[in-house]
Amino acid sequence: MTLTLGLTSLFLAFACALYASVAALIAGPRKLNAWIDSARNAAILTWPLLTLASLAVIIMLVQGQYQVEYVSDVSSLAMPWYLKVTALWGGQAGSLLFWSWLMSAFASAAMLRRWDRDRSLMPYVIAVSMITLAFFILLCLFVENPFRRLWLSQATGEVNPALFQPANSTLFTPQDGRGLNPLLRHPGMIIHPPMLYLGFVGFVVPYAFAVAALITGRTDDEWIRTTRRWTLVGWLFLSLGLILGGRWAYDVLGWGGYWGWDPVENAALLPWLTGTAFLHSVMIQEKRGMLKKWNMVLIILTYALVIFGTFLTRSGVLSSVHAFAQSAIGPLFFGFIGITFTISMSLLFWRWDSLASETQMDSLLSREAAFLLNNLLFLGIAFATLWGTIYPLISELVTGQKITVGPPYYNRVNGPLLAILVLLMGIAPLIAWRKASFKSLSKLMWIPAALTIPTLILFYFLGAAHPVALGAYAITAFVGYTTLSEFARGMVARMRLGENPLIALINLSARNRRRYGGYTIHLGVVVMAFGVIGSNLFQTETQATLAQGETLSIGGFTLRFDSVALFPTNDNREVTRATVTVFDSSGRLIAELHPRRDFFLDSGQPMTIPGVRSTFGEDFYVILVDWQPIGSTGATFKVYVNPLINLVWTGGLIFILGTLVATWPDADEEKRYAAAPASTLATAGAD
Amino acid sequence: MIQKSEIRSQKSEAVIAALLVALAVALVFAAPVFAQNGEPTDDEVNAVAKQLYCPVCENTPLDVCPTQACAQWRATIKEKLIAGWSEQQIKDYFVQQYGERVLAQPSTRGLNVLVWVLPPIGFLIGAAALAYYLQQLRNPAPSVVAAPASAPPTDDDDDYEKRLEEELAKRR
Repeated sequence: MTLTLGLTSLFLAFACALYASVAALIAGPRKLNAWIDSARNAAILTWPLLTLASLAVIIMLVQGQYQVEYVSDVSSLAMPWYLKVTALWGGQAGSLLFWSWLMSAFASAAMLRRWDRDRSLMPYVIAVSMITLAFFILLCLFVENPFRRLWLSQATGEVNPALFQPANSTLFTPQDGRGLNPLLRHPGMIIHPPMLYLGFVGFVVPYAFAVAALITGRTDDEWIRTTRRWTLVGWLFLSLGLILGGRWAYDVLGWGGYWGWDPVENAALLPWLTGTAFLHSVMIQEKRGMLKKWNMVLIILTYALVIFGTFLTRSGVLSSVHAFAQSAIGPLFFGFIGITFTISMSLLFWRWDSLASETQMDSLLSREAAFLLNNLLFLGIAFATLWGTIYPLISELVTGQKITVGPPYYNRVNGPLLAILVLLMGIAPLIAWRKASFKSLSKLMWIPAALTIPTLILFYFLGAAHPVALGAYAITAFVGYTTLSEFARGMVARMRLGENPLIALINLSARNRRRYGGYTIHLGVVVMAFGVIGSNLFQTETQATLAQGETLSIGGFTLRFDSVALFPTNDNREVTRATVTVFDSSGRLIAELHPRRDFFLDSGQPMTIPGVRSTFGEDFYVILVDWQPIGSTGATFKVYVNPLINLVWTGGLIFILGTLVATWPDADEEKRYAAAPASTLATAGAD
Repeated sequence: MIQKSEIRSQKSEAVIAALLVALAVALVFAAPVFAQNGEPTDDEVNAVAKQLYCPVCENTPLDVCPTQACAQWRATIKEKLIAGWSEQQIKDYFVQQYGERVLAQPSTRGLNVLVWVLPPIGFLIGAAALAYYLQQLRNPAPSVVAAPASAPPTDDDDDYEKRLEEELAKRR
């Protein structure tokens, strides 16, 4: 019953998405308003339909209907109910459905909200978003269907999954499921995929508007103004997804770090990089009427990378060419990316001449030029990251040899670019639009530069004597001070009126959210950079096998091994939990930690959970590597001391706060904007 | 007593990896000179394992891989260290046994040169294209020169400061 309802809803959603895209494409150029309305209604209907389909899967997961292949793959009796619910995005079939559901939610919201204002663009917005949605539902229906059941063949005795009952077979219901991948049974991993997916689908909206602008020839910056907030929302979620992913890695992967340039991490980072370049470069178009073609290129690239990222995060394709060949998913994804990319770029070339700049560059020392350099750096990093991510596949395809492209590659190639990018982040906001002078620039920079020197001396005496670290801290501190000085300038102007500093700061940010939200984001990056530099360059580690009561020392701390206990849990885990005591350099007891190793019996996988003592200055991070099973007398520990790592998370919070400020609706701006587009609407109608 | 050895980690992301290159060079010089007296410590084993990738798991450095297989590979490293092998010899041994994928980064031989060469080339092409574009904008063809005479660009920054001043004036 549930299954039939879910499957039917999924199929109807597919039909609606297809109908909406075809109807919109046919009715759009002919201005058949009734048909366009009908296409919109069909598009909006996909959301309740996909909600039903997703609910059906959730109900089957919670009820434990193990005759359903997906249910038995990602859940088990021992799992608590909330994990069963979140198992919706714990496997490939479910995550495709979940992606589709989020996509339809965004698309419906965009259509309901923007219908009257951008009427001429809407048919194509419907078409583009619904084609994307139809593609994902197609994968869900025909390749990775979460509603497939297990059938026992009478003839061969084999169990095979199928949607409908094959001849001579009976339904097969396993006693229990295989359970969710243990690594995914963590709060961070429960929230992280939805955030990432929301970020991915968020970028589909500006892409749909961009393509609509190309098709209709409304190549003014209307599409950019309309989608600015959508872009920011997508970017907000993508950033949140990346930060939460890092936190999750730090908490459960047990290698003392939070970012390893893993293909799956890169998959999420790539659209973020091009999306960030896009967020900056649209400002040039809005303010100066330049770079219209470039912005189109950026959003098209971002869309392609979103689809690519969705594909990578779940398919496991990058592990091997063979995995790629085994599933129909890979070729379909690559086909879809290829086709949409080609069509988008063709449209762009078709409208090439109408996308000429309205103004010209006045000076190389201008905000415009700085933004262009920013774009070059972001794209350079994105290119190197993409290349490193896909190269192992190319190597295996061409030479048959498997290789690894690991962190040393990314550090070496992306590191210098990132360092320049951070520096640019500090200087660019000081450079005026159109034309700046070195004199005015140096007037703004000398105070931050002067403040950087005592800060460096302070860092030196706090222990950061490493020349490389001092260089990196110098850049970061300077950028921090220039960003703060921008806040100070605005606040001083308001305080002259008699506002107290706090009110001045609040009013300043509220009146120009994009600008000061942006600066807050920059401050977040600065704080994160301090954490990244500290935790990378000054991380120390040691490993030792200790007998009970023995100690090891690292970075002024002493760890004593007290005991280790092995016990089963009622949710089917076998837990090995060690107890260690940590003392500081003066011998004072500062913490009792419990690093442990959970072995999940249903899935046969281990999970390493570190014991962490976290302070603002550093984390003391202990991993239980190994232990003697008999007598529980000895155990091997790996200990990391990660200085300043909490600044990474603090900076992340500031970053998100800034994005919220920039994204929050602004009534004043809406009013100004509402007055503006009358002329553009008129010209579009004549097109 | 456990020898206290601090190994600078090159792991994870880098905002400052240019700087990490220098660090890598430093590491080469600071590489643990294996003491001939006594067994190698876990830290000495990890210093080698860190540079190798688990031959069976995806993208997991050997020093942090929790699987049983990797524990055995670490034991192998320890044996080789006891036998007096150098770090490079051990790495070569692993490459010979399990292929080049055990190295954290590809060599610069054969097709793999592309890994290292293409990103800088791509960046330079991008930089050249940008320079060309800026050059063009600065010396526009005569037909383009007429354009900027149109409406002055609205500048939100100026706009904002103007509004701020107005507001301040009103309240004064």
